[in-house]
Amino acid sequence: MLELRNITKRFGDVLANDNVNIVVKPGTIHAIVGENGAGKSTAMRIAYGFYKADSGEIIVDGQARQINSPHDAIALGIGMVHQHFMLVSTMTVAENIVLGAEPGSEIALDLHKATTDIQGLSEEFKLAVNPHAVIEHLSVGQQQRVELLKALYRHARVLILDEPTAVLTPQEVDEFFAILRGMRQQGKTVVIITHKLSEVLAISDEVTVMRDGRVVGQVATKDTNAAELARMMVGREVLLRVEKPDADVGTAELSVKNLSVSTSNGTKRVNDVSFEVRKGEILGIAGVEGNGQTELIEALAGLILAAHLTGAIRLEGRDITRVNARARRELGIAHIPEDRHRRGLLLDFSLAENSILGVHYRKPVVSTAGVFLDDQAIRKRAAQIIEDFDVRPTNQELPARALSGGNQQKLIIGREFELHPKLLLVSQPTRGVDIGAIEFIHRKLVALRDAGCAVLLVSAELEEVTALADRLLIIHEGRIVGDVDPKVATIEQIGLLMAGGH
Amino acid sequence: MKLLRELMFPLIAVIAAFIVGGILILIIGDDPIVAYKLLIGSALSWPDGIGYTLFYATPLIFTGLAVLVAFRCGLLNIGAEGQLYVAAFATAWVGITFVHMSAWLLLPLCFLAAIIAGGAWGAIPGVLKARFGSHEVINTIMLNFIAVALVSYFTQYHYKTPGDPIMETTEIGGGAHIARMGKFLPGFPERIPLNLAFILALVCCVLVYLFLWRTKWGYELRATGSNPTAAEYGGISIRKQIIIAMTISGSLAGMVGINEVLGYRYRYYDGFSASYGFTGIAVALLGRNHPVGVLLSAILFGMLIRGGIFVDAFTNNVTKDLVDVLQGVVILFVAAEALFRGPFGRFGLLKRSKV
Repeated sequence: MLELRNITKRFGDVLANDNVNIVVKPGTIHAIVGENGAGKSTAMRIAYGFYKADSGEIIVDGQARQINSPHDAIALGIGMVHQHFMLVSTMTVAENIVLGAEPGSEIALDLHKATTDIQGLSEEFKLAVNPHAVIEHLSVGQQQRVELLKALYRHARVLILDEPTAVLTPQEVDEFFAILRGMRQQGKTVVIITHKLSEVLAISDEVTVMRDGRVVGQVATKDTNAAELARMMVGREVLLRVEKPDADVGTAELSVKNLSVSTSNGTKRVNDVSFEVRKGEILGIAGVEGNGQTELIEALAGLILAAHLTGAIRLEGRDITRVNARARRELGIAHIPEDRHRRGLLLDFSLAENSILGVHYRKPVVSTAGVFLDDQAIRKRAAQIIEDFDVRPTNQELPARALSGGNQQKLIIGREFELHPKLLLVSQPTRGVDIGAIEFIHRKLVALRDAGCAVLLVSAELEEVTALADRLLIIHEGRIVGDVDPKVATIEQIGLLMAGGH
Repeated sequence: MKLLRELMFPLIAVIAAFIVGGILILIIGDDPIVAYKLLIGSALSWPDGIGYTLFYATPLIFTGLAVLVAFRCGLLNIGAEGQLYVAAFATAWVGITFVHMSAWLLLPLCFLAAIIAGGAWGAIPGVLKARFGSHEVINTIMLNFIAVALVSYFTQYHYKTPGDPIMETTEIGGGAHIARMGKFLPGFPERIPLNLAFILALVCCVLVYLFLWRTKWGYELRATGSNPTAAEYGGISIRKQIIIAMTISGSLAGMVGINEVLGYRYRYYDGFSASYGFTGIAVALLGRNHPVGVLLSAILFGMLIRGGIFVDAFTNNVTKDLVDVLQGVVILFVAAEALFRGPFGRFGLLKRSKV
């Protein structure tokens, strides 16, 4: 159906795809796995005409084809759904789907025919999408199905899906997989790019593993297992489970009482939340993204104006609700933010300069005069973090922008650990981080807990929170809707709570 | 190496501008080689050429630094023009009001007047942005109009020598004069208005560098400019930084008044600024928002202004508008750098995310 033959692609001096061969058989679900930067997205973008390969050929239906643009790809029946949806939120489903392929004459738009066609497709593939609905009123899962429809409407026979499950709840993932299986039944071919091994095993027929721009193996899913795939992805044995002793829990470090966070227009993003985080434990918060986790963490870190908060935040009994971010850091709160580019890093600043953000105004990085930055002290601190947290490359003069996501994250984690915090607020610690670094970050978090630090962990990766947390709260629409023991609770239970059910 | 890379794009922009300018001169019907020889020769002759080049460069160093400091905080200060007018008038006012005061007191007072007035005028849009989120570009532009009108009014109705047809104030006290360079440089005539304000400008370049890259305050200011949400996360008050940056920016622009009033005309002369505030944006842009770059590009612009007068006078068809064309084309090419870098930048990004 679709075959990449000896594809090589360079970006500058980086070999993104090195002699890549992938054979996707018709009527199958084909997973492409690999760590970030393994070249899986690049390969598929070449197939979709986003990039042009330096050498190699693309075979569609047994014939070598020139694919110079997505337009060519679509004409050959190749469709792609991106990680970030490309929908106009104020337009209807039908309008979005026909965008760029408007039916009717040059002047008049024949939406009526389109609507009927979309309705038909939606029924055929059991997508349950109403063509008249406006995008902004749809859930993320529904929007994704609109993206699928968009490709189907353009008569795609091969659908390439880039990390499609990143934004879905476990239940939505199940539904989504059911849809994919339905498509396979109807003769469509699906290529799914992912780094989640459990999904590969659940949905795919065949799997191609990539590492460092090369294909390291193509196997039938039924002949492999998670451990083997992980080994192929990383190139060494990987501990998939987090090893951790039982928590040695102390007194309450952080206590949150009836905390609500409103936006400036009055909507409550966090609604009457109360909980405690004790010394020496990791309290996990699970939830579908956008259910108030961001606002909760930012409120605790002192990044939301006190005027938007009600309730009380106490650190070791002291009310800090109105204390600003800097003073909270001084009291021993460290924060690993969910979005490292937005919050965590000054991308144009060097690693050295980034390593002092938050302590840049005080000793030891400011000289005795209290004004000038002490270059030597900064360099020493940066070197320490880079070494302890295995940040690569180690050149501290490089801008943070030059680092891979995993190394950027390690730099931030190192910086925050260097504060020796009493309370660590940590959000999505391993997002966009490769498996090897995930393992490292998890071990560090557990070590910090064992040293007596109270850790509040927010993660959209259910596997991550359940593996790391000693207690688990579930948040839905700003409310805590569940308090479970992660050792006992099943993924189904948690997923149901995340979706707002009981 | 790094310095070379930094210098490359501005240099390409300047060379490209000269090529485009050369083509224009050809079209107009003059010889570009002759015109450029005239331009550069008259700008670099000793002592007049160099003296006037540096004199014209002085206000541009101040305004370039002003734009730079705001820019490093993520702000676009289009209000240097207004700030320098207010400051120049303020320093003249002090010089006129305390006309008999001794130099030891009057000079510092006049300096302070320029710095504080410029700073205050710059702080207004800073406070407005920090408090209400109103955009500094709009507010600084508006404040330019207000500043120009205000100082004209005071000149016209309150501080003009009676009967003087020119829009200028009476003279400031002798104690407020600052020395011309001719006093210190043998063979450099005192009629050339290059004065100690040029040295002050050089000192400001150093101070701005030290402040921005060597102090914790500079770190906070630059962090705010680089990524305000991350700065906030690091415990930096963005609002405070905005106000600080705009105040410093205004103060630097205000120092133009020192050059103009205390070092050159010894009075406030209405409408003296040849768009120094706006050219400062170009200077900062060409100088890549670094003090060294600002110094170099201010001198280049000084050369263009100086040389332009001679090109105007001694060629058949070319007028000194050529200078404006060159300035404009330089800026066009500097702005187009993003275009040059675009593809590279994109690959750079991909390279990072895919490895």
